Amino acid sequence: MSAKPETASEIASAVAGRKMSALAATEAALARIERHDNILNSFTDVTAERARAKARAIDADIAAGGKVGPLAGVPFAVKNLFDVAGLSTRAGSKINRDLAPARRDATLIERMEAAGAVLVGALNMGEYAYDFTGENIHDGPSRNPHDTTRMSGGSSGGSGSAVGGALVPIALGSDTNGSIRVPSSFCGIFGLKPTYGRLSRARSFPFVASLDHLGPFARSVADLALAYDAMQGPDADDGACTTRGPEPVAPLLDVSISGLRVAIAGGHFQKNVFPEAVEAVSRVAKALGATQVVDVPEASRARAAAYVITTTEGASLHLDRLRKRPNDFDPAVRDRLIAGAMVPAPLVDRAQKFRRWYRAQLAEIFRSVDVLLAPATPCTAPKLGQVNFNLDGVELPVRANIGIHTQPISFIGLPVVAVPVPLEPLPIGVQIICAPWREDIALRVAHALERMGVVAAPVPRGF
Amino acid sequence: MAEPLDDYIDAVSKALALPIEEAWRPAVRANLEVSLRLGRLVDEFALPDETEPAPIFTA
Repeated sequence: MSAKPETASEIASAVAGRKMSALAATEAALARIERHDNILNSFTDVTAERARAKARAIDADIAAGGKVGPLAGVPFAVKNLFDVAGLSTRAGSKINRDLAPARRDATLIERMEAAGAVLVGALNMGEYAYDFTGENIHDGPSRNPHDTTRMSGGSSGGSGSAVGGALVPIALGSDTNGSIRVPSSFCGIFGLKPTYGRLSRARSFPFVASLDHLGPFARSVADLALAYDAMQGPDADDGACTTRGPEPVAPLLDVSISGLRVAIAGGHFQKNVFPEAVEAVSRVAKALGATQVVDVPEASRARAAAYVITTTEGASLHLDRLRKRPNDFDPAVRDRLIAGAMVPAPLVDRAQKFRRWYRAQLAEIFRSVDVLLAPATPCTAPKLGQVNFNLDGVELPVRANIGIHTQPISFIGLPVVAVPVPLEPLPIGVQIICAPWREDIALRVAHALERMGVVAAPVPRGF
Repeated sequence: MAEPLDDYIDAVSKALALPIEEAWRPAVRANLEVSLRLGRLVDEFALPDETEPAPIFTA
């Protein structure tokens, strides 16, 4: 058993080559969780026995000369809004713990395991995914592995924390307004929010049906692509899932990016940012030779419309729980949802109509540009519990501003790879944004940046 | 002194049978103010009458 935190690619290669057993890879992950998670608090459930059984089955298959999957023996974990057979899908809440245990895994878990990956547990998250901090009133906050007094980012905080701390090489999370890209930025790792509809959400607990996406986190682009490829494909169990067949990206990662037209998102995306975010975008842009700044029209209004749709659809989802068990919510989440229930319906309809208009504006931009660059977060990870930050002499609320640069992008379902720029003392992410269904371009650009050494996810000191 | 939104909050709370304890009211009101301020940004953006919403129903 190695103490070195391997990448998924290294583990899969070693297991396929019979240099390491799937069981040894699994035990190594379980040992790292045991050693570090009392500090990180990223896991809410460790499915050790299930994982060992799965790993033994993989090893038996390999010994019998069976086909080896591309993720053979790779440990992974999922945000606790994914159904895991035998567990109640808590979605960060107290209320959902009363649900009957799930009878079947979420589709994406099934697909990861069909590729040979080994589920080792479920991860902490902000209550009902209505969160950008990674804090949770019921389970305690997941912590940032670069500085455990700081936020992991939300709402997939445990996913960011577990991958950032190298407890597992791959985690899955969800992103409604930024919940994959924000923890990726704060925890200094790679995250993929695919095109809306690309990956099945079947048997995951929803938040905002028209904005919910699922996707992977990893510490290398190759790992991100491996997981993404394993999870693609139609699924009749998710009404919003694409009918497109899998379009594997891993074999394309080394295809040259020369000739791609890269621009920097201007306007809204260059406002309300700390110097670290400006520096991160600047480094990435310089490495890619990007100098053109493209204004994204009405991006601030897009953020507003995403907010309106989120708060109202979220309120609708939870209306009965708000009536029957209001005191079992995190009060901050409850009060936002109650307010959401009170937003007049015409504003929601107008937000959905504006969304179509805005989508057309971005489609026009992507006729002359292949990639847009924007900050993933306006700042590096704030302190746990921090309420305000000071930007250019102005006090601004932290929670409301963490997602200002991610919301206008997920609002129209564009694919994004969040890449980590390893600034000191804390990392910060940049969004590589592409046209719908062009995850391949975003991942190729991220891979090129990784090879240039501009972006990286080094394991933090102490892990 | 009652805040301007309080009557509205009371009315919707009643219409939706959604209980609001007095202790929660300031936070609910503050959140509603934010939602309505952002909603106004959406409201004031004129679009043609024929504009379809983003989700389109398929029969």
